[in-house]
Amino acid sequence: MNKSMQQLLTIITESVLETSLIKDIERLGAKGHTIMDVRGKGSKGLRSGGWDASANIRIEVICGDTVAESISTYLQEKYYNDYAMVIYTSEVSVLRPEKF
Amino acid sequence: MDPIILFFLFGVLAGIARSPLRLPSQIYDFITLVLLVAIGLKGGVELSKLPFSTLLPQSAAIILMGFLLPLAAYPVLLSLGKFQRADAASIAAHYGSVSVGTFAVAIAYMGANNIAYEEHVALFVVLLEIPAILVGIVLAKGLTKDTQWGKIANEVFLGKGVILLVGGLLIGWISGPEGVESIAPLFVDLFKGVLALFLLEMGLITSTHLGSLKRYGVFLICFGITAPLVFSIVGIFVGLALDLSVGGTAILATLAASASYIAVPAAMRISVPEANPTLSLTASLGITFPFNIVIGIPLYYYLSTYIYGIFN
Repeated sequence: MNKSMQQLLTIITESVLETSLIKDIERLGAKGHTIMDVRGKGSKGLRSGGWDASANIRIEVICGDTVAESISTYLQEKYYNDYAMVIYTSEVSVLRPEKF
Repeated sequence: MDPIILFFLFGVLAGIARSPLRLPSQIYDFITLVLLVAIGLKGGVELSKLPFSTLLPQSAAIILMGFLLPLAAYPVLLSLGKFQRADAASIAAHYGSVSVGTFAVAIAYMGANNIAYEEHVALFVVLLEIPAILVGIVLAKGLTKDTQWGKIANEVFLGKGVILLVGGLLIGWISGPEGVESIAPLFVDLFKGVLALFLLEMGLITSTHLGSLKRYGVFLICFGITAPLVFSIVGIFVGLALDLSVGGTAILATLAASASYIAVPAAMRISVPEANPTLSLTASLGITFPFNIVIGIPLYYYLSTYIYGIFN
């Protein structure tokens, strides 16, 4: 089986950013993404997810090293100061590398 | 006391007691959808009966009020409240705009007390929602070339609240009273029950903002009560000038007094990210919303009756 290692880039942030974030990551080279509604607590307090202003999303992108690097650098510069946002990457093995 | 207000107080108490009770966010979304469409439909049916010659001057006056209210609030927040520019602009935008939840409670209040009002006031909700957002952004950022008006317009006009209200208004307007009859069991008959559930969730949300009250001090509490009182008087005089009934005037007063917590927070978060959202939401949800639905609405009706009596 043709396995290959890729980066799994995960972004947890405020739902209100969804539209502009998706634009950003597509422009920076991501070929796809998965979005989940989530809730939790962090340095910006409790994000209970019950209604619009307290809703969080988690965006997952599988991509190569360079794209992962440029997305995380760009988002960090643009959003870290003003928004609740966590970004982390991990290595995953995928079956069809050409998809990413 | 109306049971829907008791649902709100129940939610607040359950929240304070740290009950794990919560409405799933999809249910909350559904409930707001039903309320917004119901309000729109009701207003749309009325619109179909009115000539443009009545609606046009009314709409113009309401939009003007929507621009002036946040402009009046801003200097007070800046000088007396000592807020930073972005925060003052954001809070001003919240208070210049309207709360659909408060409007729904006002409608229920009029219904429960058999008070007649102009049902096309739903149109005013849409008209008042938008100007304050624009004023807030300009106050925070100034008029610069790189303001992304396209993005802001997208946010403002396609946001959940505005689009559902406008959709409801149009559907009601096109179908007329007989057409809407067939969907009345959901949107008319169930309105108060849905509103009760909505207020339960609002109570839970409000309780989470009560904790921040201590942190932000006395000014915010005073502002959260004084601003709606002052703005309600403005609303009453605009209502009188537009020749609305006492009920319609009281609803317009309630709209002027109410502070947004859905459309404006989202727009400010995107366009004025440096403004602290906890500050404006604590004021609008922790203070003004409960004040308006428990004390404000009956008070604005009383004031409308009183002032109406003087001039008529």
